[in-house]
Amino acid sequence: MNALLSVIDVHISYGKVEAVRGVSLDVAGNEIVTIIGANGAGKTTLLNAIMGVLPLRGRTAFAGTDMAPLDIEDRVATGLSLVPEHRELFGSMNVEDNLELGAFRIAKAVAATSLERVYALFPRLKERRKQLAGTLSGGEQQMLAMGRALMGAPKLLMLDEPSLGLAPIIVADIFRIVGELRSAGVSVLLVEQNAQAALQIADRAYVMELGEFVLSGSAKDIAANKGVAASYLGFQHEGDSAI
Amino acid sequence: MNTTIMLFLLQDGITNGAIYALLGLALVLVFAVTRVILIPQGEFVTYGALSYAMLATGQVPGTARLAVAMGLVAFALDLFFARKALHARLVIRSVALNIVFPVALLGLVYALVGPHTPIAVNIALALLIVAAIGLFLYRIAFQPIAHTSVLVLLIASVGCHLALQGLGLVFFGAEGLRGPALSSAAVTAGPLRFTGQSLAVYGLTVGFIVALWLFFGYTKTGKALRATAVNRLGARLVGIRTTLSGQIAFLLASVIGAISGILIVPITTLYYDTGFLIGLKGFIAAIIGGLVSYPLTAVAAIVVGIVEAFSSFYASNFKEVIVFTLILPVLVLRSLAAPQVEEEKD
Repeated sequence: MNALLSVIDVHISYGKVEAVRGVSLDVAGNEIVTIIGANGAGKTTLLNAIMGVLPLRGRTAFAGTDMAPLDIEDRVATGLSLVPEHRELFGSMNVEDNLELGAFRIAKAVAATSLERVYALFPRLKERRKQLAGTLSGGEQQMLAMGRALMGAPKLLMLDEPSLGLAPIIVADIFRIVGELRSAGVSVLLVEQNAQAALQIADRAYVMELGEFVLSGSAKDIAANKGVAASYLGFQHEGDSAI
Repeated sequence: MNTTIMLFLLQDGITNGAIYALLGLALVLVFAVTRVILIPQGEFVTYGALSYAMLATGQVPGTARLAVAMGLVAFALDLFFARKALHARLVIRSVALNIVFPVALLGLVYALVGPHTPIAVNIALALLIVAAIGLFLYRIAFQPIAHTSVLVLLIASVGCHLALQGLGLVFFGAEGLRGPALSSAAVTAGPLRFTGQSLAVYGLTVGFIVALWLFFGYTKTGKALRATAVNRLGARLVGIRTTLSGQIAFLLASVIGAISGILIVPITTLYYDTGFLIGLKGFIAAIIGGLVSYPLTAVAAIVVGIVEAFSSFYASNFKEVIVFTLILPVLVLRSLAAPQVEEEKD
């Protein structure tokens, strides 16, 4: 079976500094894949480059099409969507307008059913639909950012640090919804510092260090890996680090 | 002073203020969407007014040929920037917009021009010509540098103003022109006489403000333009083409500028460089509105118009000085009241 997203030998540089070196990854349909790693490992850079926000060298294909010639706007139309770290909401517009714009490339009739679905996933957003996005709490803003991305009916949703700065109870809620997305037929590529939570819901995982993938495998195996446990899960197995 | 004079001055001020309001709104619109401070707005006024005036005398204005030339440059730029991924669809779209549209327009101008062409046709032609120039101006001068700072965009904007003003001298000559009035009807109310022309000014201004409000509040394209203004990256991430947003903003601004010009040219003689001063007064209103607030800009524009009318009565030599001095206390207040605005990077 063909991968939904395939990234082959990708390099990303900021000027002369190479932030991501020779990274390859793939995401299949109906799959949750997570990239874990410390701050500054290059995870956000990688997601941004896959979306087209940053230029990259290497090959990226989505749903069988080469993405090199496509701008961000066209990648969105092919069903790829990014919820960026800073959420990038339209702060002075209300919740419903934000969501409506999420369906900018989608036919009006389809958008109406998308809106129902997003409100069902995030009842909180429905309560606040006339409130300005900039006045929402951090958790609500994250929900809105995810909801806005889902309005475009993506095949693959890329989430950049969805739990950053949120209360644990909201984090649990957001991870539960990420799990629900899979059953709705949306694949997820999740970048997280909260490795424990990410590994619990993911099917597969990549571990990123200093711009390279040092380890990959099923989420269960990665979670059981001693080195990963020591570095990212906050507890020490006996013996030496494997990575 | 007696009440009649005061009423006359008020009426005069409000008529001019309505024009400034239109221009100020266009400036706010363009700045919000593209971060360009549109200095060439005044040239849109002159081009609209003088193209209309020349068409009315049965001549083909040079602006129609300028539109064709700019279209060719825009087409070349489209091809150059898309050279790595040339799709047939993209090329066809670019040919249609940048070559077929201005050439067809030039053909239409040659076909229709004459001393007896109806006023409505001349107005439509003048508007289309200036709309094409506005659209191509964005494509040529601003789209390639859309990601740069406000300062760079401002300098490019000043450059465009100088270039367009120079071309204006070539097209229209140093002599001033006047155009035929839209309507010769007049209504008298007490001591005041409202000409059809000034009623058209009020009507169009109010109409435009309502139309812009509906457009931005209720249409998908309008909301997408606002979204581009609020968060450029966010807009791109939902699939809004920010270049298209910029083109729409410039299109609206050039049409608004041209309409303002067509409204004034029957009242005042316009020269190739008059537009700049008119545009600057719209700019003052836009600054008082903080370059963000549409209602505040409209109100400020009326105030600018009234101040101008009264100062030209009492101290006509200092008319411009007084009007432009209005901006000083506003700038002081705004810089004291507003926190330092960090420039958005993207």
